[in-house]
Amino acid sequence: MTEHQQAAVAGGRRSAWREIVADFSRDVRTYPFGWSKAMMWIFILSDLFVFGSFLAAYAGVRMAATQPWPDRGHVFSLTIGGAEVPLLLIAIMTFILISSSGTVALSVAASHERNRSKTAALLGLTLVLGACFLGMQAYEWTHLIHEGFLPSSNPAGASQFGATFFMITGFHGTHVVIGLIFLARVLLRVLRGYYDRIGTWEQVEVAGLYWHFVDLVWVFIFAFIYLI
Amino acid sequence: MHGHADHVDHSEHQAHLPVGVYLRVWFMLFILSAVSYFVDYFQVEPLPLRWVLIVLLALIKAALIMNYFMHLGSERLSLVYTILLPPVLILALAAIVIAEGSYTSMIRALFGG
Repeated sequence: MTEHQQAAVAGGRRSAWREIVADFSRDVRTYPFGWSKAMMWIFILSDLFVFGSFLAAYAGVRMAATQPWPDRGHVFSLTIGGAEVPLLLIAIMTFILISSSGTVALSVAASHERNRSKTAALLGLTLVLGACFLGMQAYEWTHLIHEGFLPSSNPAGASQFGATFFMITGFHGTHVVIGLIFLARVLLRVLRGYYDRIGTWEQVEVAGLYWHFVDLVWVFIFAFIYLI
Repeated sequence: MHGHADHVDHSEHQAHLPVGVYLRVWFMLFILSAVSYFVDYFQVEPLPLRWVLIVLLALIKAALIMNYFMHLGSERLSLVYTILLPPVLILALAAIVIAEGSYTSMIRALFGG
């Protein structure tokens, strides 16, 4: 059981409230853990607002569009053996990103044990999966553009589709690139024993938090842009 | 990148979840993603139900990722509420934008363009 669950069981809901009040009324710092992790969470909150605003705007723009919205199942399909499989590559991309979230979570668990080789191997795997995701997204973009879908135009239907699609997936892809750079840097530091030298492996967890956020955003992009 | 003052993580309270939890959550995320894919593939009717299911599945996936992978479930409540309460404002924004969108759509239908 976690700290506050134990407190809650021991003292009822009042202990949970006391914990919140204690944190917010403390003198020097509110969150009783390192700056790195606290700031990554605050950054994640702000980025949630960025993507949340984009998705809200996408809803309004799509509702107000006078021309038909493209059938995503058709636009994003792969033809296997003569049969058109809707959203196949997108489904694969989703599985790959979820898997990379799994590997980074296991990597963070390994970092708690300060197991250098295990942490590094799992970070490496996360990087490979993330790079695969990025490559597939790049392929989707190329394919779309080749079909005539641009940020400003759509060969058959609402031009707003391209605008919202490229902007939102573009922002997400940029976050993936930044995440890959961050993970690579942490991986190198793990391999060089840097975190043993400075005494804390917290950066692995911080990088993991960022990467989970990237997956989290994709969960909503997958739902709203591709399915709904 | 780090200050010597704060690598002394007095509360390097690290959430230690058994590996099995990560694997089970991972598996659940696959299942939920597959279900939402098929809700769309089989074109579940009525349409609002399809959308409700897809959004619900996305929210459950998000909750699993935040609670277990990001360890929010093991963190201080002050952090949990810091992260979960402000996004309610995003829902308010979405509601307003959707109301506006429906109005704009009507105006465009009536007056063209």
